[in-house]
Amino acid sequence: MSFEQIVFYFFAAVLILAAGAVITVRSAVHAALFLVLAFFTTAALWLLLEAEFLAITLVLVYVGAVMVLFLFVVMMLDINAAPMREGFARYLPVAALVAVLTVVVMVMAVGREHFGLDQFAAPERMSADVSNTRMLGEQLYTVYLYPFEIAAVILLVAIVAAIALTLRRRPGTRYQSVEKQVRVRSEDRLKVIKMNAEERK
Amino acid sequence: MFDSIQDISLYIVLAPLIGAIIAGLFGGVIGRAGAHTVTIIGVAIAFALSLLVFKYIVFDGMEPQNFSVYTWLISEGIRFEIGFLIDELTAMMMVVVTFVSLMVHIYTVGYMSHDEENWPSGSLAAPNSYQRFFSYISLFTFSMLMLVMANNFLQLFFGWEAVGLVSYLLIGFWSSRESAVFANLKAFLVNRVGDFGFLLGIGAVLMYFNTLDYASVFNAVELHKDMTISIWPGSEWNIITVIGILLFIGAMGKSAQVPLHVWLPDSMEGPTPISALIHAATMVTAGIFMVARMSPIYELSEVALSFVLIIGAITALFMGLLGLVQHDIKRVVAYSTLSQLGYMTVALGASAYAAGVFHLMTHAFFKALLFLAAGSVIIALHHKQDMREMGGLRKYMPITWITSLIGSLALIGAPGFSGFFSKDSIIEAVGHSTIPGAGFAYFAVLAGVFITALYSFRMYFLVFHGKERMDAHTRSHLHESPAVVTVPLILLAIPSVIIGWIYVDSMVFGDFFANAITVLPEHDVLSQVGFTTAFGMILHSLVTAPFWLALAGVGVAWYLYMLRTDLPAKIVQLPVIRTLYALLQRNYGFDAFNNLVFGRGSRGLGTGLWKAGDVTIIDGLLVNGSARLVGLISSLLRHVQSGYLYHYAFAMIIGLLALFGLFVVA
Amino acid sequence: MPRNVSDDWGQGMIALSDYLTVAAILFGLSMAGMFINRKNIIILLMCIELMLLAVNINFIAFSHFLGDVAGQIFVFFILTVAAAEAAIGLAILVVLFRNRGSINVADMDTLKG
Repeated sequence: MSFEQIVFYFFAAVLILAAGAVITVRSAVHAALFLVLAFFTTAALWLLLEAEFLAITLVLVYVGAVMVLFLFVVMMLDINAAPMREGFARYLPVAALVAVLTVVVMVMAVGREHFGLDQFAAPERMSADVSNTRMLGEQLYTVYLYPFEIAAVILLVAIVAAIALTLRRRPGTRYQSVEKQVRVRSEDRLKVIKMNAEERK
Repeated sequence: MFDSIQDISLYIVLAPLIGAIIAGLFGGVIGRAGAHTVTIIGVAIAFALSLLVFKYIVFDGMEPQNFSVYTWLISEGIRFEIGFLIDELTAMMMVVVTFVSLMVHIYTVGYMSHDEENWPSGSLAAPNSYQRFFSYISLFTFSMLMLVMANNFLQLFFGWEAVGLVSYLLIGFWSSRESAVFANLKAFLVNRVGDFGFLLGIGAVLMYFNTLDYASVFNAVELHKDMTISIWPGSEWNIITVIGILLFIGAMGKSAQVPLHVWLPDSMEGPTPISALIHAATMVTAGIFMVARMSPIYELSEVALSFVLIIGAITALFMGLLGLVQHDIKRVVAYSTLSQLGYMTVALGASAYAAGVFHLMTHAFFKALLFLAAGSVIIALHHKQDMREMGGLRKYMPITWITSLIGSLALIGAPGFSGFFSKDSIIEAVGHSTIPGAGFAYFAVLAGVFITALYSFRMYFLVFHGKERMDAHTRSHLHESPAVVTVPLILLAIPSVIIGWIYVDSMVFGDFFANAITVLPEHDVLSQVGFTTAFGMILHSLVTAPFWLALAGVGVAWYLYMLRTDLPAKIVQLPVIRTLYALLQRNYGFDAFNNLVFGRGSRGLGTGLWKAGDVTIIDGLLVNGSARLVGLISSLLRHVQSGYLYHYAFAMIIGLLALFGLFVVA
Repeated sequence: MPRNVSDDWGQGMIALSDYLTVAAILFGLSMAGMFINRKNIIILLMCIELMLLAVNINFIAFSHFLGDVAGQIFVFFILTVAAAEAAIGLAILVVLFRNRGSINVADMDTLKG
């Protein structure tokens, strides 16, 4: 068994264990943390596949941003996880059956008979000076320029949408009205009135 | 105007029709006087022209006329036509029908003059009921003429159903009375049975002879006499017999023969003129006329003749018995009509068609007379019909009394009266008949003579003689009926007396009907009777049983209802008689049987079909069932739409899995 | 001469099917996760992320074995969209929690027929 294989099987095993933990652990925080582990191991697998840029991006974007967002939400919301575990045991056999069936069917489809080394020989390893990032960049900014721009717009829309969804005004909350503060004039605040002097008592 | 007999025939049938249409549709405009004037004129024209036709045919020796007036349609070579066959039989029937109808029209003017009293106040049918009545009887006259003048089965059937229709309309004329509506429905239902047989008979004629024309059928009948039909597997029936019996079933319904007689006594719910015209003189004799008209068919089937004979004999004897126990004056006459119809049927069965038809004619006169006389009595007693509340009317109503006496004498067959000639001819003919059942029939008609005399004079004595049993108020108002009532009585009494003298020679024993009626030599019983003159017949009768039986009947009636009026009640108490009396009171249980078997049976069948067919299968299974099935499926399917997204996701996954599996495995 | 499947093991090389199998197992696990955690929407979102990850593994594996960088470009876009989706999904979740006080999927049955 080559080193490469050892690395592959190790990370694949960890990935699957982590994924299994994600769907089974009781706490959502733990699930998120296991998901982080799954992302890390996946990144390792991608490295094996010479997709260095995406492996790094996965760690940065997912682990750094998305999963933090997950953890943030999980911790922000006061969630009682107990009722949501209802039916866990009841559905476990069904879930296992469906999962096993799916996997069996898919493995039958993608097994070695169809996608083994005979059909798809392992490509030669790239030399060290070949930059995966550069390759991607060349494609992305030429052939896939428009999709790239659209992806950017999608992200922008997502940001706007997320903010618009979560933004709210609580009734009764005191806040400053900036435009009113800016527009204010002295006459609005101070009124000079004339009145007769009162006699001193 | 009278250029041809064709035209005259048309005028004869159309005159009453036009009268009926005017009185029926414009009765409100022309008023009572207008209505009865126009209808009486219509019927009078018909009567006068019928007499003219009778003169042409009988006295001037004109050949029988057979012609088509209008071809309705031709289908596959079969012609459906309106046409007239005018021979001696038709001519005689036309005269009888129009004469009795004319008498009844005139009589009705008096009888219905206070018809508004017969309706409950506020009844919507009450206005113009008088005009409507005249319209109906004129329409009846038209229908009956169409029936007797028909030269084909289609028109016969048209007339047959049309007289039936008017009959139902008139039985239920007083539609605010529940009993009238019930009687109307009963007549309708019973006649459906008979007419179904009749229609089947006509269908059989059409099937085998491929024509509806009388002449063609009668010409071809020899060729078909050996053909057979398999009604149910394994049975071969001679088609002539089948046709004869089927047609006679129609006659049984129309002419009220046992067991389809049950409607006729109840039809007395109708106004009395109708009882006289339709349910005594003319319509109920349509069956007799029809069988006589079909004599070429019946002659070829002894089975059918025997059937006719036995049914007639049963009717003649047993319906007469029923007349003994009735208290309603009209019902007595009604049962006597049934019995006399039985006599006519017996004559037909014995192949003495001429005697039957002759009796039909004499009976039409004297029975119409009896009914109208009964109606006159009923008017006088303010629509009371129970004979136990009558008696001694002789001195109050002399004309009614004398005409009733004439009618009764004619009915019982007192020598010299018209009924005597016709009835004695029948009895003698049956005595000479040799077909199966003739022995029983002979006994029945002989016994019938005694019974006829008994119930006729029971009625006569109860009504016109003895103690005056009506209440004082009624008695104080008793008086003879007006002229419009009594004149028809007198006019009917005249032929009741003399018509026998005039025509018995030629009609019964002569060749009066030679062109119209076919009798095979071996069936020709009338020629064996051997009278030649009316007078000889009277002399002969003095030494034969019928005369003495009739005399005995009158004597017994006189003894029981004049001398010892306490006896009838005692006789009824005797053990055997009591059972018999109860049986007679119940009409031999025919009504009960019909109610139980056919009434309950069909209601049970209907209920069963309703519950099983309608409620369970159609409503329950098909209508509500399909709705429920949809509902059931929907209620199952709606669980699919749980609203939970994950359910939809699972469905997608499972579907994907199945599809994926399909591809991979395949 | 066709090689025996077990020979690959000894070759010291990782076949395309190995990656695909790992992805399939990952996909199946996330699917099972959706079944058993059907009431916890946060775990459901995580399962969706796992599914996308499985898809991404496939893309990259094919990209590598076919020598076509387009697969990686797709993963790039998928990551973008997935990040957007996660952000919006979590935003919806927060709004949902604010409005209903619960994120139990069983309470969300407004579509029920």
